[in-house]
Amino acid sequence: MTVRLFIPKDACAIACGADEVVAAIEAAARKTGTAIEIVRTGSRGMLWLEPLVEVETADGRIGYGPVTEDDVYGLVAAGLFQGGAHELRIGKPEEHPFMAKQTRLTFARCGIIDPASYTDYCRLGGYKGLERALQLGPAEIIEEVKKSGLRGRGGAGFPTAIKWKTVADAKDDRKYIVCNADEGDSGTFADRMIMEGDPFQLIEGMTIAGLAVGATKGFVYTRSEYPHAIAAMAKAIEVARQHGMLGVNIAGSQHSFDMEVRMGAGAYVCGEETALLDSLEGGRGTVRAKPPLPAHKGLFQKPTVINNVLSLVAVPHILADGAQKYADFGMGRSRGTMPVQIAGNVRYGGLFETAFGIPLGELINDIGGGTASGRPVKAAQVGGPLGAYVPTWDFDLPFDYEEFAKRDALIGHGGIVVFDDTADLAKMARFAMEFCSVESCGKCTPCRIGSTRGVELMDRIMRGERREANLAVLTDLCHTMKLGSLCALGGFTPYPVMSALKHFPEDFGAAPRTLEAAE
Amino acid sequence: MPHYEPWSEARAREVINEFAHLEGPLMPMLHGIQETFGHVPEEVVPMLAETLNQSRAEIHGVITFYHDFRHEPAGRHVLKLCRAEACQAAGGDALAAHAEDRLGCKLGETTADGRVTVEPIYCLGLCATAPSAMLDGRIVARLTERRLEALITEAQS
Repeated sequence: MTVRLFIPKDACAIACGADEVVAAIEAAARKTGTAIEIVRTGSRGMLWLEPLVEVETADGRIGYGPVTEDDVYGLVAAGLFQGGAHELRIGKPEEHPFMAKQTRLTFARCGIIDPASYTDYCRLGGYKGLERALQLGPAEIIEEVKKSGLRGRGGAGFPTAIKWKTVADAKDDRKYIVCNADEGDSGTFADRMIMEGDPFQLIEGMTIAGLAVGATKGFVYTRSEYPHAIAAMAKAIEVARQHGMLGVNIAGSQHSFDMEVRMGAGAYVCGEETALLDSLEGGRGTVRAKPPLPAHKGLFQKPTVINNVLSLVAVPHILADGAQKYADFGMGRSRGTMPVQIAGNVRYGGLFETAFGIPLGELINDIGGGTASGRPVKAAQVGGPLGAYVPTWDFDLPFDYEEFAKRDALIGHGGIVVFDDTADLAKMARFAMEFCSVESCGKCTPCRIGSTRGVELMDRIMRGERREANLAVLTDLCHTMKLGSLCALGGFTPYPVMSALKHFPEDFGAAPRTLEAAE
Repeated sequence: MPHYEPWSEARAREVINEFAHLEGPLMPMLHGIQETFGHVPEEVVPMLAETLNQSRAEIHGVITFYHDFRHEPAGRHVLKLCRAEACQAAGGDALAAHAEDRLGCKLGETTADGRVTVEPIYCLGLCATAPSAMLDGRIVARLTERRLEALITEAQS
């Protein structure tokens, strides 16, 4: 009988040696005369266990990880092909505490199916959302998304249904669906993982968006740093066309929808939606002043829905299972689930999809297991390079858009980067300013010039030159950038800078915070 | 090691025409040119300007905006080290310093013998298994000094 094995071809698994493990297992199978079939899946998201090798047994899939090519000989000798005992054996992956504690909606299939298999996708509930959307019609699709409470997962948290309604109401000869997959924030990889592990879900979400607003063309704009995601998306689009799920008369209906993947060229600012549109049109990635909103004049000046990957992949679930089921997860105005990405100096790094409301400290200390270095946690940067540094005494913060905002922090795209006590937060503040100065599109003055002045100020402060006076200027500069910048790049760079200064003044050479001040 | 073609106007024309039917074709054209020649030669600027009915200045402006587009060929191997926050939190600073020291050039430069270009990259999306690097398109995570050393030796060979 042929033994079936599942090994991710997720970029993270490959970077940790999955291809070498596949070759070693194939060689071992030949040697032992075992007939095997290796299915390349996405990743489950337990990234510290990558490469995670799973074998199908009568009792379900059994996982082993992290496997290196040097482990393969011993694993096969220990009975890998039968699910035998070995120190790397983790049992059933779905029963692992990291997985069992999650609420997996958008990542339910990720790591389980072959991402290029249309049959696998449909077998596990795929295209049920589109089926219902075709029955409902545009107005009711939007109503359903509205009732679910879905808010943009890119960072701004804007209600998705309002965007869709605006585009649906706009009259024009062409409209577009643009997926913002320009996931440039350090510490985030959810978009990459879903594109590599379950790309049909994004195709389905964009198709439903197209139906809702009357658009027939979609673009996925992603990063040149993501070659594996681009290949997986392009392959899935081709397969979807072969099955009549993209192109004319999708799923046998009267509707048409087709899409393309486009690649950026290493500009962080292109993750800002209007800069992204300019780049897609073939221009410099320059931020546009709003209004007009992209919903009125977006791509090629046509009404455009522009949503993050994670917003669009939530849509098939909302349609398939009903808005209420989705809205039942979460807290306050943050409904549904958020795929949280735990990264940096952390022991159990990975993707953890959970309902909103979970405290930050639980994500970092309990689920993430604290630092990889074994040293105490100093702070975590949440929400990418433009997110605040949250100190340990704020780790009671629940993961929720409004709660974070109350403490001058932001969720952003759900990335958490953990730092241990060796981190120098003044250096990180300088890096934030430097990154902004390199990546600024140059359109507005506070961002373009402010960030350069910010780097100079940080250099003076770190050298101890007129520290008090320069810290006052830095604070003033951050205020100007925050209020005067055209987009979040210049507008949010003050978050990491000011949070570092507020919570860790001793790193800037100032007096440490007293306990009272920390309250 | 990637293999690039020598400059040829006819070949450049072919690449440009390949993408001419797309909506917003400039970025795909520029990527195509760079994949073919290893950089974006100055000679394509007027060709693109004419094809797209834009000024040379506009095309030049687009090329120079993006970090990815090279104005001259890179070294034989390109080693990219992730310098974003998650990799910094996991010891990326020391690795970058080690690479600069071993190669005798700074990030963003090419070794004197033209063998290796070493560049910073801002996030490969491998942040849970940081630090990460990319050698000629091959991604490597959980980078240690020993693994980096192996990559440098490979790049120098």
